[in-house]
Amino acid sequence: MVRDVTIGQYYPVNSAVHRLDPRVKLLGTLLFLISVFFINNAETFVIVTFFLILVIRLSRVPFRLMLRSMRAILVILVITFIISALFTPGTELWRAGAVKITREGLNSGIYMSLRLAYLVIGASVMTLTTTPNKLTDGMEKGLGFLKIFRIPVHELAMMMSIALRFIPILMDELDKIIKAQKARGADFESHDLVKRVRGLVPILVPLFVSAIRRADELASAMDARCYHGGEGRTKMKPLIYRRADLIAYGVIFVYTAAVIFLSIHPFIWRQ
Amino acid sequence: MTAMTIIRLENVNYDYGAGLSFETHALDNISLDIEEGSIVGLIGPTGSGKSTLLQQMNGLLRPSSGSVYFRGEDISSRSFDSRTLCSRVGIVFQYPEYQLFSEDVISDVMFGPLNIGLSHDDARRRAEEALQMMGISGDELKLSPFELSGGQKRRAAIAGVVAMEPEVLVLDEPTAGLDTAGRKDLIDTIISMRGKRKMTVIWSSHSMEDMASYVERLIVMYKGAVVRDGTPADVFRDAQYLEQIGLAVPEASYMIRELRTRGIGVEEGAITLEQAADSIMAAWNRSRKNGLEQL
Amino acid sequence: MDIIKTLHLGHRFEKKDEQGRVISANDALTDVNLSIEQGSFTAVVGRNGSGKSTMARNLNALLKPTQGTVIVDGRDTRDNENLLQVRESAGMVFQNPDNQIIADVVEEDVAFGPENIGVPTEQIWERVAQSLKSVGLTSCRMMSPGRLSGGQKQRVAIAGIMAMRPSCMILDEPTAMLDPAGRKSVMSAIRELNSSAGVTLILITHYMEEAAMAGRVVVMDSGRVVMDGTPREVFSDVPALRKMQLDVPPAAELAYLLRNRGMDLPEGITTREELTEAVSAAFKV
Repeated sequence: MVRDVTIGQYYPVNSAVHRLDPRVKLLGTLLFLISVFFINNAETFVIVTFFLILVIRLSRVPFRLMLRSMRAILVILVITFIISALFTPGTELWRAGAVKITREGLNSGIYMSLRLAYLVIGASVMTLTTTPNKLTDGMEKGLGFLKIFRIPVHELAMMMSIALRFIPILMDELDKIIKAQKARGADFESHDLVKRVRGLVPILVPLFVSAIRRADELASAMDARCYHGGEGRTKMKPLIYRRADLIAYGVIFVYTAAVIFLSIHPFIWRQ
Repeated sequence: MTAMTIIRLENVNYDYGAGLSFETHALDNISLDIEEGSIVGLIGPTGSGKSTLLQQMNGLLRPSSGSVYFRGEDISSRSFDSRTLCSRVGIVFQYPEYQLFSEDVISDVMFGPLNIGLSHDDARRRAEEALQMMGISGDELKLSPFELSGGQKRRAAIAGVVAMEPEVLVLDEPTAGLDTAGRKDLIDTIISMRGKRKMTVIWSSHSMEDMASYVERLIVMYKGAVVRDGTPADVFRDAQYLEQIGLAVPEASYMIRELRTRGIGVEEGAITLEQAADSIMAAWNRSRKNGLEQL
Repeated sequence: MDIIKTLHLGHRFEKKDEQGRVISANDALTDVNLSIEQGSFTAVVGRNGSGKSTMARNLNALLKPTQGTVIVDGRDTRDNENLLQVRESAGMVFQNPDNQIIADVVEEDVAFGPENIGVPTEQIWERVAQSLKSVGLTSCRMMSPGRLSGGQKQRVAIAGIMAMRPSCMILDEPTAMLDPAGRKSVMSAIRELNSSAGVTLILITHYMEEAAMAGRVVVMDSGRVVMDGTPREVFSDVPALRKMQLDVPPAAELAYLLRNRGMDLPEGITTREELTEAVSAAFKV
């Protein structure tokens, strides 16, 4: 059975964010993640939150999908909060025997959890609005300058996109191999660890052999279609910046500068 | 001697992907009795549920509702350990050569017998027997399975299942991808093995000609349900229906039909080329006789 | 005009040990002389091991001859300078539908070939649209190949080759892994390409019904060409084909059976229509 595996949970809808050049989104996400680490007061918190909500609204992705990505880290969030709250020294707010919670602890706990949550939401906005292949295209074009350092950027991007295409196929194959070996009495539920590891051989060997065979056939097919590396290749969908992309870059840079500034110099009325 | 039912399916339904985008009702209320020792063919357009049905027979898949019985025992119940079935109902998947993994052919074929608890010597003996029946012997046993030719790999993989000495052998398109000579050889081998071991054989295929020539009973599936069930001659009589659901009838049937539409008095019912030749010659002789009588 | 010409083509596979000494040698091809005319549809048949796949791969320089020469569109395949042009001229479609599709979107995969040969962006779009239309897959252009049937995937592969505007298309057992519906769709697509667009086809197959659709059938056995003629000519020699463990189209087989039982039927029957015609005629006598 074909497993409906959607890597990176791309949500197909036509929004301003979806239409942005992937390089803008890659850099934008990176800068956003950096900006999250500068949240240390009310002003920065407000600006970062405002920016995030703006982007989420523009992306037209339902908010519940963002929350779904939070589910995975819920446990970590709670633990982070608790550790910060209980173990930060400062003015005591509450005590129960040896356990105490301080105001500084609460503060720090809230900020740390918030940062973590924003990191995850920020990253998922990128994957929800950009297909994996667009991301590899973006990395290939954007990191093209690394070619000076002899890093095979094009080849790496090609490897990644081929890998993405074949993941569901190999998972299907894995299913079939497991079934075939089960039909020969193989036991995959043994409680004996040694047995379980040994039991992986009849699964992994055929899977590897199959993957290599596919790679060989694919290489022949690529040769037959005149693939010869990145030199001289044109593109069906070249990445070209449009006005919206340049505006987005502008907004991102201003935002990042603002956050860094405000984290160091909060508004005058505070002083 | 009454024929015994070896596998029975009762109102079997199978759904998968519940709640997800690809939710499918793969099997629709299937009830079947497979007679011990019979050779049964299974045909149907791609997506009709053939593979899913075959996997119900050795407990690899369990019905969403309904039951499956092997020799009267309910193999679909929650408490039943399907691993005990693999030595009784063997299943060979499509392109079985992709399951080979061991350092040499003999070890790979011993995998199944060893898993079901046989001693090393017994497992070895069974593996050698199975390989011999499949036409692989001597030095070939010590080769790595990946050094065999395509056709031999497939035979080695099938030997791996047969070595467990199942009473029922289920094959999902065993001749897929083979050339003419390979197909014929493999089918002959399976038929002779079935005779020697008195196995029940259930076999799915896309070749109407193979079904016409080799099976006693033909089951047709469409959209998860059994739509026709009878002898090949019976099933292929209704060419129109089979074409409607995306299948065909053997070429021999088409030829006979064509001749009849042209007014040639040949009898219906031939499904193999040999039978067609017989029917045509019989009609020809009759017409010659009538012609002579008229003179 | 000959698009492809092979002269005394031979190909030997050698197995070497770690020191580079030859442990075994296999002559997969011996003295193959073939000329493929522009616009023709040639089927190459033979059992597994007859050398047909090896020959196919010598035609587009995936393999180089170990003996003799292969000339494609006037270029010698052994010359590495010619590699890309040879492969652009002689496109190849392989047996496994999945293992020749690179991209995750149909139209992007069809574009892969043109991108490799440096076709400018707008022309790529034109070629992709045209190729998809020529195989009847325009409606699937934005789909992910994972959701297509085997027959559709093979047609995507064919479109991908057509987008490179090859002089000829070589298909190496393209229907071997497909179900009957898939086989039909692929065969009808390539016949259309040959008849309306004049695409030169070389079809390697073991299905005799497919070979019967070609204008010329080349039979290979043990690395050599043993028969070469029209389907009619080749399929009339049923005993010779049987000896090589090859099939004949059902109509030819039935004609053979009937002749053996005393019915006088003309030689060269290969299709159902021809058989029913001939048998009806025999009855009217």
